[in-house]
Amino acid sequence: MTAARPLLRHVWLVFLALAAVAPWIVSPYELSLLGRFLALSILALGLVLVWGEAGILTLGQGVFFGLGGYVLAMHLKLAPLTPGEIPDFMTWSGRSELPWWWQPFTSPRVAMAAVIVVPGVCAALFAWAVFRRRVVGVYFALITQALALCFATLLVSQQESTGGFNGLTDFSTLLGFDLAAKGTVWTLYWITVAFVTLSFLGLRWLMRSRFGTMLRATRDGENRVRFLGHNPTPYKVVAFTISAMLAGIGGALFTLHAGVVSPALVGVVPSIEMVIWVAVGGRGSLWGAVAGTLLVNFAKDEISSALPDAWLYVLGLVFILVVTLMPRGVAGVIEDVFRRLRPVSPGGKVAAITSPAGGTP
Amino acid sequence: MSAVPTAANAQLLLAVDGVTVDFDGFKALNGFSMTLDRGALRVLIGPNGAGKSTLCDTIIGRVRPTSGNVYFKGEDITHLPEYQIVQRGICRKFQTPGVLSSLTVLDNLLIAARSDRRWWRSMTAAASPAERARANEVLEQVGLIERRDMLAGELAHGEKQWLEIGMVVATDADLLLLDEPTAGMGPAETSRTAELIHSLLGRHAVLVIDHDMSFVEQLGGRVTVLHQGQFLKEGSVAQIRQDPDVAAVYLGRSEH
Repeated sequence: MTAARPLLRHVWLVFLALAAVAPWIVSPYELSLLGRFLALSILALGLVLVWGEAGILTLGQGVFFGLGGYVLAMHLKLAPLTPGEIPDFMTWSGRSELPWWWQPFTSPRVAMAAVIVVPGVCAALFAWAVFRRRVVGVYFALITQALALCFATLLVSQQESTGGFNGLTDFSTLLGFDLAAKGTVWTLYWITVAFVTLSFLGLRWLMRSRFGTMLRATRDGENRVRFLGHNPTPYKVVAFTISAMLAGIGGALFTLHAGVVSPALVGVVPSIEMVIWVAVGGRGSLWGAVAGTLLVNFAKDEISSALPDAWLYVLGLVFILVVTLMPRGVAGVIEDVFRRLRPVSPGGKVAAITSPAGGTP
Repeated sequence: MSAVPTAANAQLLLAVDGVTVDFDGFKALNGFSMTLDRGALRVLIGPNGAGKSTLCDTIIGRVRPTSGNVYFKGEDITHLPEYQIVQRGICRKFQTPGVLSSLTVLDNLLIAARSDRRWWRSMTAAASPAERARANEVLEQVGLIERRDMLAGELAHGEKQWLEIGMVVATDADLLLLDEPTAGMGPAETSRTAELIHSLLGRHAVLVIDHDMSFVEQLGGRVTVLHQGQFLKEGSVAQIRQDPDVAAVYLGRSEH
């Protein structure tokens, strides 16, 4: 696959080294942003699998991001309390005891496992029910969008057990470590970098396996695959589930970095923004998705502090420009440049080109 | 028509028995029956809307008949899911080329040739040497060996048709359904396609749908004529050409 561009093949190692030493280079504020955005890029990597590879556009990734975030946040709220105590916001809402579904998250192990298991199980059940009925393309996108809307609405409406519109915030400790301490912040940052790297390598392996080929085949012609005797449903369900698990991990790490999880981070608009990060970076490229996430989010931070009202317009404009002028995103443009620099590829194989982002879902 | 197969008739591969397909009152197929032997060639012709494609759809389970049954190797496959019908040994080439455009030509064939179709095996197992050999053999057969590493989407139209025929062949199905395999081809490509189909007989039974009569003549073999969802005639190409009924409904319009 990468024979034609050896330079790009190892360039991620340079970025990994840079990311690892970032705590000594950048300011604490920038580090906090970088940590958050790298957490988001784990979610973006999952979108490459489900959208770029399998061609399934999902506008509900915020749900799984939120599930991961909330599950961990519940533990963070419970961690400093003595048995019998309940989180402060519940008292204010007139609740006197912990809801039963909060109970298991007293245990940090259960909470951390649930960060992956809860989004995974929800996504698998949802995807199996929907893909088995052969709901595809824009209909599927609409269902996922409705799911994001329901999820955010549900969170807001259950004020006394979810923290409502404000979400869950004001965390102090995790596993006995002070979350405000510099050592904890740096460690969390490196853990995030490690998760990005693992997700990147894991997905790269998966996309190069036959499983990845089957996903691209399903994207190109689901019926053709079906009439070659393969059942495409499990491939799609597994891809969707993996991306949901990555979204859950991203959500949990983001919650730790940002110190808050709320409906405003998981609803319809954030779910659409997630797709835009990947569109900007290039939905067919793993490193493109990470780059796109960092690019869009740092831009968002700059622009919203300079011109608070302009951000959504800028984002909309960027999305239109990307879709019309560079359908394969930043990654596509850079890959094209590298290919032009090396016009003669060994063996003259055209196949070295990463799959184009054709076949709009 | 006694199409229900018995174990005694081992040569019988496919039996379509009194199939009716009713699309909200429009009978695309109306009590249609036919049989096909192992390794044999059959050409299905008929005017537009005669039900040729619907018959293919019914055999592969894309359309479920209102009444009637489809038997394959003596088993009733009428209500099996599509991929299970394929796994029994029937594979279809669609009218419009259905190649997987962002995959290489070789990968297209490897997906078709993949014998272990359990999804979890796809994560660990690479293509077996036998599958690779089979894919290369088919590439030689359809004349695309030079194009092996190209993306399927970059092939010329005729080559896409051959690739898809190759994919159908690579599944090692006992019955190949080829729906207008020469659509959009010039005369030279058409005769190459006829030769290709002849090279498949014996190992595979082939059911071809087409209405290009010169292609049908090059193919030879037995011809079944379908008209308004019903069986009209069956015979050699010459017999069908002479037949007044066939001329009235079909050939008459295009030949004179």
